[in-house]
Amino acid sequence: MRFSGFRVIKEALTGHKGWGKLWRNCTPQPAYDFIIVGGGGHGLATAYYLAKVFRKSRIAVLEKSWLGSGNIGRNTTIVRSNYLLPGNQPFYEFSMKLWENMEQDLNFNAMMSQRSIINLFHSDGQRDAYRRRGNAMHLSGAGGTLLSADELREIAPFLNFDNARFPIKGGLRQERAGTARHDGVAWGYARAADQLGVDLIQNCEVTGFRREAGKVVGVETSRGFIGAKKVGVAVAGSSSRVMAAAEMRLPMESHVLQAFVTEGLKPTLPGVITFGAGHFYVSQSDKGGLVFGGDIDGYNTYAQRGNLPVVEDVIEGGMALMPMLGRARLLRSWGGVMDMSMDGSPIIDKTGIEGLYFNGGWCYGGFKATPASGYVFAHLLATDTPHEVASAFRFDRFARGYVIDEKGVGAQPNLH
Amino acid sequence: MLIPHPLLGPRDAQEFTYLGDASLLNRPDPDAPNALEAFCDYVFLRDNPAGVHCELWFHEQGDRSWLVVTRNTLTHEILDVELATDVARRGT
Repeated sequence: MRFSGFRVIKEALTGHKGWGKLWRNCTPQPAYDFIIVGGGGHGLATAYYLAKVFRKSRIAVLEKSWLGSGNIGRNTTIVRSNYLLPGNQPFYEFSMKLWENMEQDLNFNAMMSQRSIINLFHSDGQRDAYRRRGNAMHLSGAGGTLLSADELREIAPFLNFDNARFPIKGGLRQERAGTARHDGVAWGYARAADQLGVDLIQNCEVTGFRREAGKVVGVETSRGFIGAKKVGVAVAGSSSRVMAAAEMRLPMESHVLQAFVTEGLKPTLPGVITFGAGHFYVSQSDKGGLVFGGDIDGYNTYAQRGNLPVVEDVIEGGMALMPMLGRARLLRSWGGVMDMSMDGSPIIDKTGIEGLYFNGGWCYGGFKATPASGYVFAHLLATDTPHEVASAFRFDRFARGYVIDEKGVGAQPNLH
Repeated sequence: MLIPHPLLGPRDAQEFTYLGDASLLNRPDPDAPNALEAFCDYVFLRDNPAGVHCELWFHEQGDRSWLVVTRNTLTHEILDVELATDVARRGT
């Protein structure tokens, strides 16, 4: 079934009886060539690109719950490629290019909207840092414009420019950034992968990896043993738990990040806006709700909920930035579990065990990376070599001293 | 979260700064032949369990003591709290 304008009209005239299911509900086969553990955005994208770009078959995605039940359903939907370091920025720009064609590629409306992101700065030093970041973005082809306070006033007059402690001096804008419908991304990849013959298996938790002569030959699951030539793990949030079954300790801690949405309002925000003096980012969903978030809670947790002091801290940041936020009523808040890595950057690499591959450590920046993460992980699984834009995301970078630390805070995951 | 401080009674977790896994108390021997590897593991690798976790909290806005808090990372329930000096002296 292909989605098209013609199809919508046809279904409207025939009582919407022709819409089929988006994917099959598969039962596991005894063995596959490739098993992807984790049916979230990254796992589904990996399966899709393995089948589509690398022409592989006999692929299964194993999900312990329902597809898209983890962080792809819990984020603040921001897509951007405004990183600084050479190990990161080309990867995120590669991701941005995939976002720009994703809907045509998947034949699915992911509501990708390039409504721009503005990172505000509040001091001369911060302006210099953002100018440098903007130059790094231009080197990778991501674009970007440095806005003065006057230019910014025309775009976002509601900001608190004259805050006594953190006056707004301007912002770095990436015009191509924006937001996407997070669940739509998972559903789009799931449907497209299913159409290419990938088996999507839900309610199937991986509990162990079976090895023979040091090589992975399959996975133990809640639905029995499933054989596999190669196993790729993409379970951000639960990475340490899953990889413990392969006796691996990872350079990461699990933390909870909370997010919030207000009641629906008329169009108010021109795009994504981030506060440069605290940690606060906000955008407006297509339904009108202001979607925002801030810092992680800061202690190890696997509970998908946070505590009230961080709620207060995030909303204080919001009130300092745009006081009108205080007139909106908060509708919901929720939490998601993040792999906070030791340098704030992800890992996409082979493990020390033959046939076992790992993708994780996304901290709270995994959503924007979804297409590229899937693409380069599929590249690694299919060819056994890292894709050129992901060649820095290796396990051994910590031991070798090549950490990719955008914030420069060192091995303290709750500060990234 | 309220942390039951062994000397001060229940205190708001907001008064504390979090450091991480209490195994950080066990610094590797810098003179051992495998010190380089041991320190790399010590600095970067964590068990990160889902369930019972022993961790270091610093009472920054209180009596500035370091505590070892045993907490369930699935429920946030606090099971035990000790002064880190007591734990370090005991050598576990």
